[in-house]
Amino acid sequence: MATRAGTRHRFVTAALAAPAALWMLVFLVLPFVAMLVFAFGRRAPEGGYLPGFTFEQFLNLPARAAAFGNTLMLAPAGALLCLLVAYPVAYYLAVKAAPRHRLVLVSLIVVPFWTSLLVRTYAWMYILGSRGLPNLLSTIGLPDLRMLNTPGAVLVGIVYGYLPLMIMPIYVSLEKLDRRLLDASADLGARPVSTFLGITLPLSLPGVMTGVALVTILLLGEYLIPQLLGGGKVFFIGNALVDLFLQSRNWPFGSAIAVTLVLVVVVVLTVAMRIAWRFAGTRRVDLV
Amino acid sequence: MTAAAVNDIEFRSVSKRYGEVLAVSGIDVAVPKGAFVALLGPSGCGKTTCLRMIGGFEQPSEGTVLIDGQPMNGVPPYRRPVNMVFQHYALFPHLDVEANVSYGLRQRRPRIERREVAKRTAQALELVRLGGFAKRRVHEMSGGQQQRVALARAIVNRPAVLLLDEPLAALDRKLRTAMQIELQSLQRELGITFLLVTHDQEEALSMSDYVCVMNAGQIVQMAPPQEVYDRPRTLFVADFVGKTNRLSGTVEAGGTTLRLGDGRALPVVAQTPGAVTAVLRPEAIRLDRGECSERMDALGGTVTHRIFLGNAVEYAVAIDGLGEMLVTADRSAARDPAEPGERVNLSFKPESLLVFPA
Ligand SMILES: Nc1ncnc2c1ncn2[C@@H]1O[C@H](COP(=O)(O)OP(=O)(O)O)[C@@H](O)[C@H]1O
Ligand SMILES: [Mg+2]
Repeated sequence: MATRAGTRHRFVTAALAAPAALWMLVFLVLPFVAMLVFAFGRRAPEGGYLPGFTFEQFLNLPARAAAFGNTLMLAPAGALLCLLVAYPVAYYLAVKAAPRHRLVLVSLIVVPFWTSLLVRTYAWMYILGSRGLPNLLSTIGLPDLRMLNTPGAVLVGIVYGYLPLMIMPIYVSLEKLDRRLLDASADLGARPVSTFLGITLPLSLPGVMTGVALVTILLLGEYLIPQLLGGGKVFFIGNALVDLFLQSRNWPFGSAIAVTLVLVVVVVLTVAMRIAWRFAGTRRVDLV
Repeated sequence: MTAAAVNDIEFRSVSKRYGEVLAVSGIDVAVPKGAFVALLGPSGCGKTTCLRMIGGFEQPSEGTVLIDGQPMNGVPPYRRPVNMVFQHYALFPHLDVEANVSYGLRQRRPRIERREVAKRTAQALELVRLGGFAKRRVHEMSGGQQQRVALARAIVNRPAVLLLDEPLAALDRKLRTAMQIELQSLQRELGITFLLVTHDQEEALSMSDYVCVMNAGQIVQMAPPQEVYDRPRTLFVADFVGKTNRLSGTVEAGGTTLRLGDGRALPVVAQTPGAVTAVLRPEAIRLDRGECSERMDALGGTVTHRIFLGNAVEYAVAIDGLGEMLVTADRSAARDPAEPGERVNLSFKPESLLVFPA
């Protein structure tokens, strides 16, 4: 029975959803469609786009295999490293820290976010550069070490820059973990390590998966960190895109790479969520 | 220790302080082996704190908790031979019923063989009549079923003592009554000590071998249910374990007369003279229809309300010059019940009057 109230209710829902839908349409769907169209087109001689339908650009992808390789290796690796550092921090904040200290400690993690990542990553350039840590190490007699412009440097930058983004969702899921479950586990004879592995970890998996997915996705499009700390030697897809769109003005090829990147993200995300569901044992994975 | 301890649990001058709050103050108590003990008291009196000190989740600020004769100071929860059914069950939401129940067995070192774990888990589920529910997720179970999962999860470990923190509080009345009977027969069957926390006096009286009444962090009385009800040690116990009518007055020299404020004299069983509060249970009063006699110990009054309780009838009677009293008459006695507005006469045996120094 389609009542008047029902109709009005649907109208209100539609009205509330409209701004978000419009936003998505203008800034997400339309650009993506444009990119798809470009990706199957040809490059104009002076740069830009000529209409057409060809798979030429996609067949060209192996030319940028290094960028794909770096991104697909270093983004998940960076996210996992981030996780290894973030989990103990989040655990300490949510479980061990006294509640009255929590707010202060959490803000200490968030505050660095208020300064530009550019500036903070620049600082790492000096720390890892030849006058930074390597210099310090050589004064205590260690062999000369190149740190900057290595995958390691990029990973350091990633962990540093994305840590808060990883800590927060894990912190939230640990924070709402029912402490009585930990008591119950201990009551049933579980040592602290077993309680952690059997209860705490699985119940915080939604937060872990959210953090890993969030950081991985952002890293797949990362540009700044490889630019500064990889110095043209370790570059990501993001760097390739900047190069293609702004320098060589090869829009169709850039679009093909971008479309492929989006597909990779979708696949990675779907697989990750499947795994998260399997582990967390619920049909619902909270995005924060 | 050579001889086996007679008490499964013993508190020796145990106190627990949370900052300024004294949650438990100097408790001495012993729970005999194999008994069903109810820890009864109003909300906030320290019942949960006592259980948590036995479970090992809290350490006493002073004193010692002994389990099976062994002092438990500094022994972590996972090394204590007790299991707890938590107040809101605390079932593991990410595990199915079977995995919840087998959790304790799977923690044992040396490991218990898989088949054995499965067997004992199935037995425990059978015992709480959840045989077909092994693969269910806990949030797909009703409150009563979750309650039984929690029970199975604890008893599968065969603890020396089972601690139950208000296990039935969240269930509706009918289910609660059924579970009370089930818990009782389960305890008989297993022969392990049950220590059950509740704020429901009916539950405490009906299920347990001993009722341990707590108030404000202290144990006021520990005795069999009948005794707690019939011979409460304090006014608090009398009030808490049943309905009461209160009368203030003075026991006169000689100790056999209670003089009420309005000059009325009631006979009492020998008491120390002095100011007292006397308590009379509604069912200890006999109600006769008709005008009251002129005797000094008679309580004449007018029925103001009549409440039908199913198996009994409860009257509120305004006693001339004294105030309202509750009277419960069972139905056989009330085949021909008094009507509101009717004059009635109340009487009782002197030994039904419970007298406490004011
Ligand atoms: N962790 C705690 N921190 C501070 N005060 C507490 C804590 N646990 C209990 N209390 C206080 O101790 C008293 C007894 O609590 P509790 O044992 O839970 O009572 P009950 O179970 O009888 O309702 C209450 O006043 C309560 O506020
Ligand atoms: Mg309680």
